[in-house]
Amino acid sequence: MDLSAFIKAGELAPLGERALKHSGRWRPGLGGARHSEVFASAREASGAAAALALAMDGLELGQRSVLWVQDTAALRLGGRPYRPGLPEPLRHRLIHVAARTPEDLLFALEEGVRCRDLAFVIGELAGNPKALDFTASRRLSLAAEKHGVPLVLVRLDAARDLGSARMRWQVRSAPSLGPRWNPFAPGPPRWQAELFRARGHTPGEWILRDDGHVLAADRIAPAPDHGDLAFAAGDRSLAAG
Amino acid sequence: MAIWLLRLAIDRWRLAEGCTAGEGADAEPWVLTAETAHGPRIEAANQAGLAAGARPGMRLADARALCPGLKVAPSDPAGDLAFLASLALWAQRWGPWSALDAPDALLVDVSAVGHLFGGETPLLADAQAAFAKRGLAARLAIAPTAGAAWALAHFGPGRAILANPPRDGEGDRAQRGGGGSPHAPPLEDENPLRQPCGLPPPRPGEDMLANLPVAALRLDDDVLTVLRRLGLKRLGQLHTIGRDALHRRFRSRSPEANPLLRLDQLLGRAPEPLLPVVATPDPLVQRRLMEPIRHRALLDRVLGDLAADMARELEGKAQGARRLELGLWRVDGEVIVRRLEFAAATRDPAHIARLFAGKLDDVDAGFGIELLRLRASWTEALPLAQADFEAAAEAHGTSLAECVDRLTVRLGERAVRRPVAYPSHIPERAQRWQPPLAPEPASQGQLAFHQRPLKLLDRAEAIAVLYATPDGFPQRFRWRGQVHEVARVEGPERIAPEWWREKSTVRLRDYYRIEDGEGRRYWIYRHGLVGDGRGGPPEWFLQGLCA
Repeated sequence: MDLSAFIKAGELAPLGERALKHSGRWRPGLGGARHSEVFASAREASGAAAALALAMDGLELGQRSVLWVQDTAALRLGGRPYRPGLPEPLRHRLIHVAARTPEDLLFALEEGVRCRDLAFVIGELAGNPKALDFTASRRLSLAAEKHGVPLVLVRLDAARDLGSARMRWQVRSAPSLGPRWNPFAPGPPRWQAELFRARGHTPGEWILRDDGHVLAADRIAPAPDHGDLAFAAGDRSLAAG
Repeated sequence: MAIWLLRLAIDRWRLAEGCTAGEGADAEPWVLTAETAHGPRIEAANQAGLAAGARPGMRLADARALCPGLKVAPSDPAGDLAFLASLALWAQRWGPWSALDAPDALLVDVSAVGHLFGGETPLLADAQAAFAKRGLAARLAIAPTAGAAWALAHFGPGRAILANPPRDGEGDRAQRGGGGSPHAPPLEDENPLRQPCGLPPPRPGEDMLANLPVAALRLDDDVLTVLRRLGLKRLGQLHTIGRDALHRRFRSRSPEANPLLRLDQLLGRAPEPLLPVVATPDPLVQRRLMEPIRHRALLDRVLGDLAADMARELEGKAQGARRLELGLWRVDGEVIVRRLEFAAATRDPAHIARLFAGKLDDVDAGFGIELLRLRASWTEALPLAQADFEAAAEAHGTSLAECVDRLTVRLGERAVRRPVAYPSHIPERAQRWQPPLAPEPASQGQLAFHQRPLKLLDRAEAIAVLYATPDGFPQRFRWRGQVHEVARVEGPERIAPEWWREKSTVRLRDYYRIEDGEGRRYWIYRHGLVGDGRGGPPEWFLQGLCA
């Protein structure tokens, strides 16, 4: 694939912040929503990797830590985070929580979101447990918006159930571009991400990749533009009306 | 030292009237009365009143019959008690501890302080002079025990000093003036053979006590009546009766009704703890202002600061304020005082500031206020309360330590952990888990020759592999029931076992980082080599999921 086809945050900036912001289309560097969900298969680590990339997109980490919560099923299916393989800035910041049940996971997520010393919270939850209904999801959304700590919930092997996440992604691995020196080796990871429901953004599909420390995205199939239907609500809290 | 203020109420009344003894208003017959169910009753009378026939305890009507010109003022027992308490503090000039002996006496511990005044006699003279200077009639006595001092002050000769009796073999253990808690000395001398039925013989110094009336034992009136009817009028006469007989007759546990117990206390054989009076300064905070303030907004802010200071002060003492006095010192010398009383003890700064704000509307600042002082003149114990940390967490978020605490309390100690590097090249050993806020151990920098997977399975899972050569990488493999076609490979990265801690039969691992046709990336390894003599054909495992 041609590298010049990628749109980078740096290139987009001169085009006019205001026009872009009002275009309603998601782009890297915009800063994700406070509460996003990433649906992914449990057979690959793309969900967690894309969640990390999305959470770190446009975020100043400072001295803050990062909370990664997994329930038992997610832990068994996808394994634990491995410090040498983590992105460099996260290695010394990670705090891992192994929750036994989905209820414990939701509790840990909410406590993490309410902590002002956390940069963001990653949750990994397998399947569609009964505990994560719309009420629980909305509770997490409100807490995350109130305290300003982003929450990315990775749903492994889950159906797209009802949820109040502001952005919902479907992520799977995409073939990597070959590295520079060894054409047979796997290159830097890429993910095919479909934003299928978002508040304030039109849905779309991108190829994401971690370009150094910047998230880069390449739109692959432009979705038909329905105008600014969802724009008026913006990213404000649902509770505000 | 016992101090008996024989005419405390009258002296106080006279001092309030501002006249010396026997002159002015005091020259006329005055009585202090208290209202009772049967009409006013005389509590105290001055010299002229006593001469006219008025006696304490008499009905006012009866006294009026004797002396029609009797003048009446209400008595003030609460004021008398407060005055006595302040006197007790004042009397600490003669000793480190003083105690109230309501209604009209004080006890001061003067153990080993006589030499500061040149002996005990000069001490008594000094105290007598000090009381006379204040216009208070007092009788003083010094004795080894509080009971003896009291008895001598009330019934003994003026300024009596009871010498410290030498105790056989144990030196000076008797208490003087009742300080501390006297121990009951061992009763070895009460040998039943030598003393078949009586009290121990009077010791030196007790003869002075022996002539005192039994009323010197601080007994209730009805007990005194019983003793009088028994014919026991002097303390010495109690020795003539057997101890057992007294014990049989007076079985009460309370000292006021038990002459035997009182006698023991008087002689120092039974302990008699006293409650000392301790001065407690009122909590007081103040702010001096560099620039006099004239505006209400600034005043409110300073008041808020003062209230916060006061709350901290009160919190340190575990007290709450019932009454607060705010003093505003103006530049031109005026002082404005505002008082505030609370229904219950409080130390909520916002509450205090809000209530005071309502009282400051009519304050005339004049040229400005330069000093504000807040004093809690009435405080009550208010236990420290836990702040509502749930609300604080809701408003400001929790700190990391609080968050970790909340998580560990519900999920357990081992559920919340942080990965740290460990010096080992075996992948699963290269990471260890420790409590999240523990300091990170020192570790060697990692050489970034190879990429590691984002996630590592707890236990490597066996995969079925189809390969071109047994030493090469696989073409496809089956993991969890699905076949993956390998599209890209990097490897092998050979990781040998740690021979210094593992058995010699442990096989090495050849790691491959692979990507399948759909772009999924994994970390797999071959366990052993063909023909390494450590088992059969090598097995394949999938250990990590790459990003």
